[in-house]
Amino acid sequence: MATIAVEVDGLVKRYPKNPVPAVDGVSFTVERGEVFGFLGPNGAGKTTTIGVLTTRVRPSAGRALVTGIDVVADPVAARRHFAVVPQRNNLDRSLSIRQNLLFHAAYHGMGRADRVARAQELLEQFGLADRADDRVDMFSGGQMQRVMIARALMHAPDVLFLDEPTTGLDPAARLFVWDRVRELRAGGVTIVLTTHAMDEAAQLSDRVAIMDHGHLLALDTPDALTRSLPGSSTLEIAVTARDASSGDLVGALGRLDGVERAETVDEGATVPGGAQTAPGAGAWPGGGGGAPGQDAAGAVRAGTAELRIRLYLSADAAGMVAPVAGLLGEQGATLTDVRLGTPSLEDVFIGLTGRSLR
Amino acid sequence: MTAVRTAEADRLSAGAGRAFLAVLYRDIYVTGKEIPAFLAQVVLQPLLLLFVFGRILTDLGYARGGYAQLLFPGIVALTAALTSLQSTALPLVIDFSFTKEIEDRLLAPMPVAWVAIEKIVFASLRALAAAVLMFPIGIAVLGSIPWRAAGLPLLVLIMVLGSLVGSALGMTLGTLVPPHRINIMFALVLTPLIFTGCSQYPWPSLSRLAWFQWLTTLNPLTYVSEGMRASLVPAVPHMRPWICIVLLVASLALFGTTGIRGFLRRSID
Repeated sequence: MATIAVEVDGLVKRYPKNPVPAVDGVSFTVERGEVFGFLGPNGAGKTTTIGVLTTRVRPSAGRALVTGIDVVADPVAARRHFAVVPQRNNLDRSLSIRQNLLFHAAYHGMGRADRVARAQELLEQFGLADRADDRVDMFSGGQMQRVMIARALMHAPDVLFLDEPTTGLDPAARLFVWDRVRELRAGGVTIVLTTHAMDEAAQLSDRVAIMDHGHLLALDTPDALTRSLPGSSTLEIAVTARDASSGDLVGALGRLDGVERAETVDEGATVPGGAQTAPGAGAWPGGGGGAPGQDAAGAVRAGTAELRIRLYLSADAAGMVAPVAGLLGEQGATLTDVRLGTPSLEDVFIGLTGRSLR
Repeated sequence: MTAVRTAEADRLSAGAGRAFLAVLYRDIYVTGKEIPAFLAQVVLQPLLLLFVFGRILTDLGYARGGYAQLLFPGIVALTAALTSLQSTALPLVIDFSFTKEIEDRLLAPMPVAWVAIEKIVFASLRALAAAVLMFPIGIAVLGSIPWRAAGLPLLVLIMVLGSLVGSALGMTLGTLVPPHRINIMFALVLTPLIFTGCSQYPWPSLSRLAWFQWLTTLNPLTYVSEGMRASLVPAVPHMRPWICIVLLVASLALFGTTGIRGFLRRSID
């Protein structure tokens, strides 16, 4: 049996009336039994790539194979080997939960006795057995997600595509999905998932592909991706500085011993509640008028700027706080917030694109 | 090598055939659970048309006694064509734009065009069931209905063709019209279709109103109505059956192509 589950080569998808391709020359392979995560913001091209692999999107150029079968040349054969859990609930509302599973298996040509037994097994495994004969409408988002995963598993696919499997789920439902993904991986199922949650990508994936604007920017294990960053740990600081000196300040911080790189972080990347880069730039998502950081930013005196700077360090982050504070004092800037961190996939994304994930 | 390929191809097409039947069974099963809703959807309108035009107007003397006999075949034709049209158009708009329920079937191991064909076949089955129901209803409402055993083969052929054309036209409309325009589609297409399809009047009698007679030739329902009259009430002047058959087959080819193309366009980006 081949060791490659998914192979994509030079994939391009252009939509009519849109000059920018949704997917622009993406190539990668997924090993059998691997959990492969696509990380990127909305509109990065993740769902389109999955769409091509699952025969719902016709590529403009390039090749896509699932278990060695060309999905463009032979979509019918390919569909026997994969299953999809889409972003949106597409369960059959005219049927009960159990019937959703049974009919799915029937479409895939499973015999009656087999499908009845497998449906019961999956309903129990997914904690749905006691409500199996209820209609779909009665279910919550997390339960629907379980039903969709159970349905996808009915025909025992070799490759399971999960498109944003936990978006909009509560934490318990999220953990439930994560556990099932780990179980499936242990059972030898290849999993390709998309997410814009970096913790999900890091937690679940053997390898992560970072996508943005239709390009694949990086592809490696989560560890290797974070190690590839200039510093292995970070220090994020918020300072109030005189406007004119902000460029010098970042430069000076970058020249400190133990600092590999210093950069300002745009306001979108700040953690909610943190200070903002510029006064009045209050339009970031989740930034309610009552957030403390907002008030601080709004109260900045004329002629000064509120800056958020991220330092990538070669030294231990805690040990760097004192030298950084000292330097800020010499430059006449005031330190207003400090965060220590080891780099995450989000930092990798920011390092690659200069933007945050959301 | 060739033998292996062929065996694999056979296995796949057998799988596709099973998938097709399973999808068809799903639609029949769901309809079977909702028989009262099905009856309300398909029977009420023709029943009232028959009652008002065939019974009340003739009883009150506004229409001649024989009118009910030429109206009845037209109403059976109307029932077949409209039931099939509505059984593809509206569900497809809802499926593709809102519920996305059809996606699981689009991912079944069969060509996507077969899913479209299944929709046409199923809608036609619904329409045939509704058209057959019109016979007992006709007896109940009108007291007697025209019936000729000799006309049965033509009757069946016209009913089947009429249902298929209606489903294909419905698929064309359901995949062509953007979802927010569906109301306008029903007003602009369905209403004219009902009244220009010769179901309430025989086509040859329109010769005094030439422009309208020409207009009705654009409506495939005209050929269903006329074909039904040829089989049930041949004494009433009607279009020649072979013309009806040829034009219905041509309509099916046209709308079948546009409908399946539209379905593929909505299914695959």
